[in-house]
Amino acid sequence: MAELDTSGGGKHKGGKVRSKKQSTRIDLTAMVDLAFLLITFFIMTTTLAKPKAMDLAMPDKDEKTKDQLPVAASRSLTLLLGSNDKLEWYIGEPGKSAPEVIGYGPDGLRKLLVEKSKDVMAKTGKAIFVVVKPSDKSKYKNMVSVLDEINITNITMYGIVDITAPEIELLKRENLYSDNK
Amino acid sequence: MTAMCDVAFLLLTFFILTAKPRTDDPVPIDVPRSSIQVPVPDENFATITVGHNKAFFGIEGTDLRRETLEQVGAIYKQTFTPEELKKFSGIESFGVPIANMHQFLSLSSEQQRQYAQPGIPRDSVSNELFNWIREARKATASLHNVQMRIAIKGDSKEEYPVIKDVVGILQKQKLNKFSLITSVSGGAKK
Repeated sequence: MAELDTSGGGKHKGGKVRSKKQSTRIDLTAMVDLAFLLITFFIMTTTLAKPKAMDLAMPDKDEKTKDQLPVAASRSLTLLLGSNDKLEWYIGEPGKSAPEVIGYGPDGLRKLLVEKSKDVMAKTGKAIFVVVKPSDKSKYKNMVSVLDEINITNITMYGIVDITAPEIELLKRENLYSDNK
Repeated sequence: MTAMCDVAFLLLTFFILTAKPRTDDPVPIDVPRSSIQVPVPDENFATITVGHNKAFFGIEGTDLRRETLEQVGAIYKQTFTPEELKKFSGIESFGVPIANMHQFLSLSSEQQRQYAQPGIPRDSVSNELFNWIREARKATASLHNVQMRIAIKGDSKEEYPVIKDVVGILQKQKLNKFSLITSVSGGAKK
């Protein structure tokens, strides 16, 4: 290990005073420690701080392409995003089947998506179509988590659509259309 | 020892030079978490930051910023001096109406941080956010010859209508594909 040579200049001969011969070696341990600490710091921060981008394709709002490709009601699962971090879901057309309230998270939404996509696949032989309808009282976070769950469960067909008045009524009935923050 | 020291400092220099300084958002943004692992691109990229009911706009690349400000200024009959253009090209993200841009650019960077930015107007009368996005896309197409990618960076507590507003503005220019910026969730189970 490099260190400062602090041994004396030896005996003086002949009474002549000579300047001490100093070693040019310096203790580098502390400096190297610091350098590696900083390296570690920069490695950690650069790899972790990179934000991720979720790609999203919205349905075309162009008038000409409107109402193309009808999807069978039995294949469509509609998610109504309400307030209080809760959502309602139903299959098919609104009002025909009673909607159910569930939460986000692995036990609620993910389980539902996995089960229903299997169900629909077994019944109709085609992939499920998920319609996401965020209400005005839902949070941006809710929309992102729904899209994330859809990605996790490998559902390729989904769309974000504006909510309609009867569906807001459904949310109101379950008390999921309130303003609390 | 000397060799190790050399290597250590070489690596240190490399990491310092490649590290991008963390950009300060004009408003505190808590990015929602997801399991997505796709990193955001480094160039030809614009971010619309949404938080506290305000919209901010940021473009990557100094040449694009300059070009965009000139073009948007032309729409709203504002001319900018070379100094103002230079200063604007160093701003990561901003949220002031075009009428206040001169005043905003005259502030020092410390003052700009303190300045309460009102957000870019989103109403259809002035159409400012719409024009910023369109001009940024035009500038990217003409200078770099590629399509610009747009990302929305929203606060997780943001109400959906504001996001819907921004998405509506994007869709008005037939831009149906864009990205949502998220961060990696710690306990994501796959």
